[in-house]
Formats: sequence, C-alpha cells, structure tokens
Amino acid sequence: MSDVTKPAAALAHPILTSGLDRRRFLAGAAGLATLGAGFTPSAPAIAQAAPLKVGFMLPYSGTFAKLGKFIDDGFRLYVEQQGGKLGGREVAFFQVDDESKPEAATDNMNRLVGREKVDVVVGTVHSGVAMAMVKVARDSNTMLIIPNAGVNEATGPLCAPHIFRSSFSNWQVCYPMGKVMHDAGHRKVVTITWRYAAGQQMVAAFKEGFSAAGGSVIEELALPFPEVEFQALITQIATLKPDAVFAFFAGGGAVKFVKDYAAAGLNKTIPLYGSGFLTDGTIPAQGEAANGIKTTLHYADNLDNAANKAFLSSFKAKTGQDGDIYAVQGFDGAALLNLGLTAVKGDMGARPAMIEAMRSAKFDSPRGPMSFNRANNPVQDVYLREVRNGRNEMIAIAQKSVDDPARGCKAQS
Amino acid sequence: MSAITFAVQLLNGVQYGLVLFLVASGLTLVFGILGVINLAHGAFYMLGAYFAWWIAAYTGSFLMALIGGVALSFMLGLLLENVFVRRLYGRDHLAQVLLSFGLILVVDELRQILFGKDVYSVKPPPWLEGSIQLTDNLSYPVYRLALCLFCLVLAALIFYVIQRTKLGMIIRAGAENRDMTRALGIPFDSVNRYVFAGGIALAALGGILVSPISTVYPGMGDGMLILSFVVVVLGGIGSVAGAAIGALLIGLTDTFGKVFFPQVSSILIYVLMAGVLLWRPNGILGKREA
Repeated sequence: MSDVTKPAAALAHPILTSGLDRRRFLAGAAGLATLGAGFTPSAPAIAQAAPLKVGFMLPYSGTFAKLGKFIDDGFRLYVEQQGGKLGGREVAFFQVDDESKPEAATDNMNRLVGREKVDVVVGTVHSGVAMAMVKVARDSNTMLIIPNAGVNEATGPLCAPHIFRSSFSNWQVCYPMGKVMHDAGHRKVVTITWRYAAGQQMVAAFKEGFSAAGGSVIEELALPFPEVEFQALITQIATLKPDAVFAFFAGGGAVKFVKDYAAAGLNKTIPLYGSGFLTDGTIPAQGEAANGIKTTLHYADNLDNAANKAFLSSFKAKTGQDGDIYAVQGFDGAALLNLGLTAVKGDMGARPAMIEAMRSAKFDSPRGPMSFNRANNPVQDVYLREVRNGRNEMIAIAQKSVDDPARGCKAQS
Repeated sequence: MSAITFAVQLLNGVQYGLVLFLVASGLTLVFGILGVINLAHGAFYMLGAYFAWWIAAYTGSFLMALIGGVALSFMLGLLLENVFVRRLYGRDHLAQVLLSFGLILVVDELRQILFGKDVYSVKPPPWLEGSIQLTDNLSYPVYRLALCLFCLVLAALIFYVIQRTKLGMIIRAGAENRDMTRALGIPFDSVNRYVFAGGIALAALGGILVSPISTVYPGMGDGMLILSFVVVVLGGIGSVAGAAIGALLIGLTDTFGKVFFPQVSSILIYVLMAGVLLWRPNGILGKREA
C-alpha cells in the first residue's frame, strides 16, 4: 500500500496529526554495559561491542499508526528471538514518528542519520515519505530497509546497493492478476483507482499483465485522491458492462468502494478483483459486501507453512494481536539484516560483503520462500486470495517467484 | 449516453448535492447569523458519524444513534458556545479561525482517545436496507433515496423556522443588525447559543445520516469541510436557499464532471466557484454590500 494517505484535504490533516516527535531511546543500557568491562580490545572489536544502532522511521501516529506499530513489533520480535542481538551484536533502537508527512521526511531522516548516527534505518509505510528517505540514504550512503512502501522507483531508477526492500513493489503484486483474470475467462475489464502515483502504478502493472495474457482494458476510471464519492463511476461501470473490474483503493476508501459496489448490486453480475489492499485490514468494516472478492498479494491470512504458523503464534504471544503482512515485513526486515550482519560477524565496516550476503539471501519468510533481485527487491510468490469467513484466504499461487523488472535501475555491482 | 444512464447520473448528482446541503446548512447558519467562521464544522461531522457508530454498536438501533448523536452534539454545541464561542461574537475572524482550528485538534484527539483510529461502518435501519432495480444490472439502495427525502424535509423545516416563526424573526433581525436588535430589547443573545448548537447538531446529523452509505474513518471531515465552504461561498454566505442551490450545483458538476471530463474533474467545482464569484462576487444569493 504505498501512497495511501488518509484523506488530507488542504487545511487539514498533516497539521492535525502533528504532535511532538516521539523519539525514544531504548535498550541502550544493555549495550553500553558491555563497553565498561575493562579490557583493551582491538579496534574492530570495539566497533562490534558497541550496540548496533537501528533507527525506525515509521508512522507512530495518524492513519497508518497501526501499520507502523506492527512493523516495529515484527522487527523487535525477530530481534528478541535472536536473544536481543543481530549478527551477534546488541541492538539499540531509535524511533522517529514520520507521521506519514512527506514534507517532514527529509528532516526526520537527517535526524536519525546525522544526529543519532544510526547504522541502519528501517522505514516506512507511505511512499512519498519513503522517496525522501531513499534520497537521503543515497546522499549519505546510509543502509536503508523499506518495510512497506511499494513505490516502484525505490527499487527502480533510484535503486542503490545499500537500499533494500522487505515488502513488495506496486508492480509486483498487480502484474500477476492480469493472467489470473484472463484465465478466469474475463476479456474486457474496467479498472478504477485514485489518480495518484500508487494507484497508477498498480493499475499500469495489472494492465501490462492482462494485455500480455490477451485481455483488453476497455476503460480506466479514476477519481482524485482521496475522494470517496464513487456513485458516478459505479453507474458508468454498470453502463459499460465489462466482464470484470480491477480496483485499487485502501483504507477508508476501500471500505466505501466495496460497500458501494455491493449496494449497487454490481457484485452479482460483474466480479470485483483488486490488489490485496482492497480487502486487507478492512474486512470487519466491509462486512458481507467483501465476500467473494479476489485479490493478489504476497501474503494471505491462512498461509499453511511452518514459518508462518510459528510467526503468528509468537506474534500473538508478544503483542496479543493477530499478525498481518505489515508485521511480517518488519520481521523479515530484521531477518534480512541479521543474515547480512552474521556474514561479516557484526562488522558494519565490511559493508560490501554484508550487502552481498543480503542480496544473495534465501530464506523462508512467513509469506513463503523469499530471495532478492539485482535491485534488492524481494523475489517472492504472489497469492490469489478470496475473502471468505471474514479473512483473506489463499486459493492459489497467482504466480511463483515474481521478480520486479527493476526498470531504470542501472546494473549494480 | 442513454437517457436512462443520464437519469441515473442525474439522480446521483442530486443525491450528492442534497447530502452536501445537509452538512453545509449548519455552516452557513452559524456564519450568516452569528458571523462566526467555524473551521471545526468538518470535525463535528466526523464526530457525529463516530457517535452514530458507537451508539448503534451498543443499542443496535440506528434510530437511537440518530437521536442520541444529535442530542449529544447539540449539548456539546451549547457547552462550547457558553464557554468559548460567545466571547468571539463581533471579534475579528482571525480569533474565530484560531479557536475553531484549536477545536479541530481537540475533537480529533478526543476521537482518537474514545474511538481509536479504525475504520467502521454503520448499518442502516432494517426497513431501509433493500434496493431498487434501476437498470438491468444496476440497483439503487433505498437508504440513499430515503436520505434524499429526509434532506428535502429538513430543508423545508429550516426554511419554515427561519421565515415563519417568531424564533426565525429574532434570528433574522439579529443577523440584520445586532446592536439595534439588542437595543429594542429582543432576546437575541439567548437565541445565539441555540443557533450555534443547532449548527453543530446539523454537522453531526450530516455525519450520522451519511454513515450507513459512507464509512466512519478519522479524516472523513476534512474533505467535507472544504466542500461545505465551497457550497457556502457559492450560494452566498448566510443564505440557506443559496446553500441549497450551491450544493445542488456542486453535486451535479462533480457527478457529470467525473463522467464527461475525468481528467479535470477534481478542479471543475473550483472552476465553477471562480466563475460564479466573477459573476456575483457575494455568491448566487449573497447580499449585495452597499
């Protein structure tokens, strides 16, 4: 879900949600204690004895607060499972609330990189904020792990060896839907989304997949972000009578669209498909209107693999809540970092070797097998899910080992 | 576009316009009669929707949510008027903007504490749950039609109160010339608080009535606030009839804009507003200033 900001009209929300920066310095004490042990270590040993500084730049307030918290919890869960260490080093966490505000993103990022001098930054949910973070990370040569934002550019034209993504690209989760819908017998499809970066990237990827499979998109409907008055466009869909509809909306907009679509009776004659965000975290509010909607995403609520079962039960034990894709992406971000650090015995100075280890990493994520492409975007299975029993149940693998084409990414050493 | 599709889109536009009128009417009353700019209007719209969700979740009754939500908001309006707003009558607009902006922050934080930040939905009353088949594959929820009807009744009621009752006469006199009204011994000031609370209650009522066809989410009032201001400015500040005309114009422009000019639909209503203001600087039914 990339640029899925809340409806923030001109006057309003960025200011409303602004509070004090919630920076907390945690867990430093444990790491510092090891320094006072009174021996004379060699220089690299000092570097490794100091705690690894991990900076979270996530939305801790605002519409995406729950997502930010889950990413944070997922990351910490992995670190706890490693005995509080990554690559053998104690970890000190720093937190900055990015509030999903792109205009404050550069300052927030500079605070972590410049003032706190963190070794690694983990963030964020909102694609606009993530773009600013990518720019600072490139300029300051800081390690960055993106645990959600799907904006194609981050592992496309703006790719860099030290920028990894533990989530997905907008292209990746929508392209496979093209073949799925064609295989289901749909030939003429209407797409609908908000007219902004994430929506356009997702619809374009779907269209690419659908055209390649032999289908045609007869109309691309769009409305200004973040408007939720869908009635006029729903009437148009009824008039166009396509075989099916592909939609990208998220959050409150996704709830309203799905309900309006069902209220207009269209769900009986024109099946609704979408990217996973159409029904992720929104099913309780959508209720029966969501039943039967099929979506593609790199995760499903009932994935039957050992890693997922273990993850869900330990996440529940730690937080008392049911883990979701955001928690998984945080968890995997830590797993990826641990792999890289372990390969160099915790020495961040040996970064080229560390990056090499991360890029060639292959591991079993709760989402399934996961590896990385040359632009550091995950290569992963994308699932076809259907809303049943109030959750997104996997019904098939839409496409195995989906690799984002990383368009515009210059070959990396 | 076939005649039937056109008719359905017309219905969509009118229905959207009526909802906009419902929300904007409170804003134009408070602005026109009390001279108070209430930026928190959208926040109370949101609060109304959350009240509706909350009460409906406890009682299972939409009717209870409607009555309870309006009553709560009205009392909140009285309280706010008594403590804050009455100090601002006659003060310049900057003070009012500051206060009502502060109210946005407070209401938003209250919502956060009381209801969290999840997205919710509200069920319409069971007897309005069905839908009517309009074309071979398109049906229209009965609730939306009932909402249209309700908005029309409410509009008539507001006109009646303002134009035909003693209370309305006092309100109109006060809006015309506050000092002269006071000098004549007419209890304008005690009426003020009910006008303000009524404005808040209308905003909340909008949120409550929209909740079954919309969703209840944290930022829902933001877009509505902007649209309400457009409606009020377009129709003429303080004019309820103007707000009705403005709201219908915007509903239709938005609907047909999305159909015929999808690329520029987001700016069409503002183009409309600019055009109208060039033609009539005080809005369609705005008072000509001397």
